[in-house]
Amino acid sequence: MAEINKRKKALAVSPLKASQTMGAALAYLGFNRSMPLMHGSQGCTAFAKVFFVRHFREPIPLQTTAMDQVSSIMGADDNIVEALKTISEKQKPALIGLCSTGLAETQGCDLNGAVGTFRRRHPEFDKVAVVSANTPDFSGCFETGYALALKGIIESLVPESDRAGRRQRQVNVLCGSFLTPGDLEYICDTIESFGLRPLLIPDLSGSLDGHLPSEEYSPLTTGGLTLDELATCVESRATLVIGASLVESGQLLEQRSGVKSYNFSHLHTLQMVDRWLMTLAEISGSEVPGRWRKHRAQLQDAMLDTHFMLGQLRVAIAADPDLLLAMHDLVVSMGAEVVTAVASARGPALTELALPQVQIGDLEDLEQDAREYRAELLIGNSHLAETSHRLHAPHLRAGFPQYDYVGGFQRVWCGYRGIQQTLFDIANLKLSQHEEIKPYHSIYAQKQDGEPTMRMAAGA
Amino acid sequence: MKAKDIAELLDEPACEHNKKEKSGCAKPKPGASAGGCAFDGAQIALLPIADVAHIVHGPIACAGSSWDNRGTRSSGPTLYRIGMTTDLTEQDVIMGRGEKRLFHSIKQAIDNYSPAAVFVYNTCVPALIGDDVDAVCKTATERWGVPVVPVDGAGFYGTKNLGNRIAGEAMFKHVIGTRDPDPVPEAGRREGIKVHDVNLVGEYNIAGEFWHVLPLLDELGIRVLCTLSGDARFREVQTMHKAEVTMMVCSKAMLNVARKMEDKYGIPWFEGSFYGITDTSQALRDFARLIDDPDLTQRTEALIEREEKRIRSALEPWRERLAGKRVLLYTGGVKSWSVVSALQDLGMKVVATGTKKSTEEDKARIRELMGEDTKMIEEGGAKELISIVHEYKADILIAGGRNLYTALKARIPFLDINQEREFGYAGYAGMLELVRQLALTIESPIWSSVREPAPWGDYGDSIEPLQLTEVPEVSHG
Repeated sequence: MAEINKRKKALAVSPLKASQTMGAALAYLGFNRSMPLMHGSQGCTAFAKVFFVRHFREPIPLQTTAMDQVSSIMGADDNIVEALKTISEKQKPALIGLCSTGLAETQGCDLNGAVGTFRRRHPEFDKVAVVSANTPDFSGCFETGYALALKGIIESLVPESDRAGRRQRQVNVLCGSFLTPGDLEYICDTIESFGLRPLLIPDLSGSLDGHLPSEEYSPLTTGGLTLDELATCVESRATLVIGASLVESGQLLEQRSGVKSYNFSHLHTLQMVDRWLMTLAEISGSEVPGRWRKHRAQLQDAMLDTHFMLGQLRVAIAADPDLLLAMHDLVVSMGAEVVTAVASARGPALTELALPQVQIGDLEDLEQDAREYRAELLIGNSHLAETSHRLHAPHLRAGFPQYDYVGGFQRVWCGYRGIQQTLFDIANLKLSQHEEIKPYHSIYAQKQDGEPTMRMAAGA
Repeated sequence: MKAKDIAELLDEPACEHNKKEKSGCAKPKPGASAGGCAFDGAQIALLPIADVAHIVHGPIACAGSSWDNRGTRSSGPTLYRIGMTTDLTEQDVIMGRGEKRLFHSIKQAIDNYSPAAVFVYNTCVPALIGDDVDAVCKTATERWGVPVVPVDGAGFYGTKNLGNRIAGEAMFKHVIGTRDPDPVPEAGRREGIKVHDVNLVGEYNIAGEFWHVLPLLDELGIRVLCTLSGDARFREVQTMHKAEVTMMVCSKAMLNVARKMEDKYGIPWFEGSFYGITDTSQALRDFARLIDDPDLTQRTEALIEREEKRIRSALEPWRERLAGKRVLLYTGGVKSWSVVSALQDLGMKVVATGTKKSTEEDKARIRELMGEDTKMIEEGGAKELISIVHEYKADILIAGGRNLYTALKARIPFLDINQEREFGYAGYAGMLELVRQLALTIESPIWSSVREPAPWGDYGDSIEPLQLTEVPEVSHG
């Protein structure tokens, strides 16, 4: 278990952290016909929108309660009511996901009170589900905001029930914020391959997978989990929780419904994927399908091929806790050494991290340590590109945001295939950096090489 | 910032929007608003000043999702690309430790990065709890001898546009006029050519595009004391009061700076643009006109003739490909003028344009320039834009990045004209990049593939909601 070093300086330089509010918004985006609503100044939403648009290369539904100077001081709960009404009227969503910003929380907003007022004043919009989460950006990080929103969804939209297991072939998956739409598709594939039906909560593989819908324009998410589907989660056979940050949500769901939950920190190592498939085999009563056996054997071969490049590789990782743990476990399982690990905030995954210490901090912290410990590979979001240039160390992009790397948003990391591709990529990055031994010219040599001829280079 | 100060900034006598019934500064509507806040505007306006440490005082959201997020380029220092924030914690907010953290943060930035100056951007949370950012900056300046400039642009003060003005105000109040320009360097002295000093305001050197223009100004003996703020240095901003002319580039956003420099230092200003051949030439002529040096005027005309000839012949093959293509231009404000000129230079037809931020005079000018049948778009929701593209049979939508993916989802060719773009279109040379980008999307072979249905009859959109009924229900007991 890693010792957690607290933030050590006044100024954050090259921030790693993204706000809780945005994490919450991402969770809401995994529902069908959904509109996340940030309670704050309109800039809070504008920045978040740009952040997501650049990462996913998709239009992103997101709205604001547009707090101005008067409402920031006098109280802005009426803005929430008005925003809920306006969105319900104009966009007719199935779900509005309300999340608060630091501004709103400092001012002292009452999200539940405002939602109650909306319900009383506008019974005509009773069909529009509204959930809320208190997610000020002065606490936590992206991952914690996502977890809070998911917990809020279960609290308000999942009723207490004693019908666990009525749908014997259905399994819930609580999907951590570090999983990409590509990962989620893999997760569905594996579950379906056992004759089971996955219910992803939330389901970004339906909404933010970069598909071209037939309608030209939608102001809401197209795809994602519907609320009718969500309501059936209490009848599922089991809940698979991926990501330590969501364990609490899994417990809550289990308390409400009796659906047993199985926890997975990630699906980023061979051992974890083994456990995943064996769990599915146990739940379904079916054998592990042949294609996964084949992929496993291929991964084993790739591990043999790449352990030369990954062994003793000095790696620096900066990420939110769940992703940090996943990437750490992956590279360490190949014999690499994590020389520095920086997390944006605390999270339950850090207690599982098999490192002497982990720093809560920013990318400047990472750069300093990476330089000191001569890291050979940097793993983190696009902001690490500059560090990578300065340190002449290659950079593997993972996490949010990835604005300078097309397709990063849907890369598959999970499963034998995903791991295999990551091993190949890391190995190739390492090979591109291979350091040759400098030639030595003996004082006695008879070689008479003279100046090298540059005919080829000059194009002669 | 007091309400009175905000009202004062909103009232800009030199802005023609001021008098008309359309002010462009309407109150945002909860649940139906887009666009940035005052902090966003303030930061965007000043961030390109490359040798300054830009500290965002607030919790993480303000800097965390916006740092290193702009297309502006520097010819030297890269300090401006390093995101700095006090990243306020819950404890800071509750215990009122924000000022203290800010003070130490300023020291840390000075110690570790030796900036020419520090700019401190105030944001919503510290503004609400009443951190005295002005006082902290003043004390820090005295203590460490590095200029520390407060930019009080909390998001809830208003729009991005207001934030631009707040930024301009901060420069005018704290920086401009604090140093005289260097003597003209040896390399810049040429026999018979008198050097004239000018400013540019509102030019951000997106993708380095101003470097298409600067060599021409150099050739003419026009020294740019400072560009506010593309590729600027703090020491350049300090000297802006000594210019003979200020050019407001493509934007009224920091009009208050030009107007106040006119009032206080008697520097005349004009509005212009470097987009398109016509406007680039016009801007050069306006410099010569206001500087009023007959020799400069004559050399300017010669340069314009030479450059126009060169670029027109280079554009000839592109004109054939692009002439007659129909454009929906949605930028709003002055920016659209400049782009219209560039497009008309290419023989393209602007069939519709956004007028949300335009005054009655602007609209009259649109009719004059583009003809009576040009559609004016008042309210530009994404849905409406797309339907206008179809209705007016536009071949391409030219708009800001926020509409990019909306356009692509509707399978419409698109050109990004805003500040996040990767390509520079300014000056004569920029026209070549512009035509390349226009042709690249309009002529792309992908359009039929993405527009036509799959052989089995749908549009590739086979993602149906999961069928709940498929799953056999097993009852208990």
